[in-house]
Amino acid sequence: MGILPQILFAIALFIGIGYFANNVRKLARNIKLGQDVDTSDDKPQRWKNMARIAFGQSKMVKRPIAGFLHIIVYVGFVIINIEVLEIIIDGLTGKHRIFSGAGQLYDILIGSFELLAFAVLVSVIIFWIRRNIIKLKRFMSSEMKGWPKSDGNIILYFEVVLMCLFLTMNGADLQLQLNGAAGYHTAGSFPISQWLLPIFDGLSNATLIIIERTAWWLHIIGILAFLNYLYFSKHLHILLAFPNTFYGRLKPKGQFENLDAVTTEVMMMMDPNADPFAAAPEGAEDEVPAKFGASDVQDLTWVNLLNAYTCTECGRCTSECPANKTGKKLSPRKIMMDTRDRLVEVGQNIDANKGEFVDDGKQLLGDYITKEELWACTSCNACVEACPVSIDPLHIIMQMRQYLVMEQSAAPMELNNMMTNIENNGAPWPYNQMDRLNWKDE
Amino acid sequence: MSELLKVPTMAEFMAAGKQPEVLFWVGCAGSFDDRAKKITKAFVKLLNKANVEFAVLGTEESCTGDPAKRSGNEFLFQMQAVTNIEVMNAYEIKKIVTACPHCFNTIKNEYPGLGGNYEVMHHTQFLKSLLSEGRLTIEGGQYKGKRITFHDPCYLGRANEVYEAPRDLIRKLDAELVEMKSCKSRGLCCGAGGAQMFKEPEPGNKDINIKRTEQALETKPQIIAAGCPFCNTMMTDGVKNKEKEDQVEVMDIAELIANAQDL
Repeated sequence: MGILPQILFAIALFIGIGYFANNVRKLARNIKLGQDVDTSDDKPQRWKNMARIAFGQSKMVKRPIAGFLHIIVYVGFVIINIEVLEIIIDGLTGKHRIFSGAGQLYDILIGSFELLAFAVLVSVIIFWIRRNIIKLKRFMSSEMKGWPKSDGNIILYFEVVLMCLFLTMNGADLQLQLNGAAGYHTAGSFPISQWLLPIFDGLSNATLIIIERTAWWLHIIGILAFLNYLYFSKHLHILLAFPNTFYGRLKPKGQFENLDAVTTEVMMMMDPNADPFAAAPEGAEDEVPAKFGASDVQDLTWVNLLNAYTCTECGRCTSECPANKTGKKLSPRKIMMDTRDRLVEVGQNIDANKGEFVDDGKQLLGDYITKEELWACTSCNACVEACPVSIDPLHIIMQMRQYLVMEQSAAPMELNNMMTNIENNGAPWPYNQMDRLNWKDE
Repeated sequence: MSELLKVPTMAEFMAAGKQPEVLFWVGCAGSFDDRAKKITKAFVKLLNKANVEFAVLGTEESCTGDPAKRSGNEFLFQMQAVTNIEVMNAYEIKKIVTACPHCFNTIKNEYPGLGGNYEVMHHTQFLKSLLSEGRLTIEGGQYKGKRITFHDPCYLGRANEVYEAPRDLIRKLDAELVEMKSCKSRGLCCGAGGAQMFKEPEPGNKDINIKRTEQALETKPQIIAAGCPFCNTMMTDGVKNKEKEDQVEVMDIAELIANAQDL
């Protein structure tokens, strides 16, 4: 065999990681299409949020069943990656089970990987049953038809196959160890894969080596394939949940930002010394007038766009949304999915046009998200509270409402009446401001 | 009754060269809505009873701009905010109490960025502080042992994480506080927020206030307690829709406390 497997392994690793890195660059470029927003405040709190919400899964367990199963898969993912490290070193050096020098510690490690792998397998099967047999309501919404549904299942199939390959590899290895095959020294403990021994019993060492090597290769190639699948999948959350919780909002949920561009204009209007006929300051003619609110992804903040890539479509937001619960079209999850879909479309447009976005006559507002959805929101923050990874669909909804009202004067008629009342009487109803204290004598 | 209410204005305080302890921000609903005016009066009775030196802006008060902002009209919001801030800063207001969570949230969180920095309290927080300072006593009275469920206003609860002040007050009434299946951080909206109060809902299969009222009625309450004039309207409508208005009352916490003492 010589050095050929090592070369092949290095090539596979290079292609797998290289292709992924290239897509990560595109991902970062797409996110940076968003408006700049200052996230330099209160770093300690941000680290704390990331540790608690992403690393510590604090919000996942608000729903105990899904939360518990998710923690198993999450811990399994993180810990079994230690095994992947060994596989990579083995693959590059041509050694077998290089960490086995750790002796008893190695046995404990391999043993716990196996137990975790089995727990992951069971959890993933339960997840599949929840999606496909029990048909939990939040996985059945209209935005979950087609690709999103397949995506969810593909991820689960990937995980089942990877775990089975891992256990097969270990089982065959154990049989080879028991047979005293050359190159397969006694190492590791196999609490789960030992149950596979009856299958391997009686097979020749040559056959066993083929099984072990095939499972080993498919496992690592599967992992590289899965890594590259992420970019096209909702499963990106396994990476982006960390930055997303870091950059999530720190202010009270009720605090909506005040638009600086508006403040400048309002202050000018309120300033009795301002000269309405004054010439514009030098250079002001060249400035692009500020656009109020958002009609497309480039108008949103980059945190909104990071949110969109982070969303794993679990639907907890939508299942808590009062509008959605009462049959309205609004689904906060769909807001996030639409934002990502449009962002991907814009990114592909840029790729196809040598780095420049060419107007495609489409935008997020109207082509993806309808006014009816936007106006159904009660701004109650239930979606924001529900998200296990600090995504804020409400911020996107509000920016799009701002565009509708301030750029298009396209508010529903009743809201226009309400706003006219505020302008004229200082109250949303047509009462005279001079009657504001009448209640005292009634 | 009403002649007993003492409702001084900031202008009167200023004329007398005095500064009140707190400004009571009445809000548009509290000023104009017939149902909410009762809440305003109940709260004033409690303030009078506790000898709180408060003042109102009266005709100098104007909408905080909350419904304009949530509708997307940032311009109108900031016009309102800057005008109100100018008035309040001229009076050197330091502390504000309001019975409306929307006014509470907007003044507390969104006014500072525009130059309005005040200590802002929801009336349930303020009443609780009066209680702990010994300036107000709460008796159960007619509400002793009654089953009361509390509906969390979104802009008090999730938006500002005030969950306990209203509940502590209900417990002080020696009432039986029962929780709905969605409460506190998972409380279901009444359907009025985000300027929905002022428009017809989008097509769906149910109105949000009906859904929330159903959750409230599941707890078999005698009273649905609210801490927001808009929630109060929505829940009252919901109870009427379910034809339960003879069995279930929708009351603001200030009203419960005032009524318990026959104020």
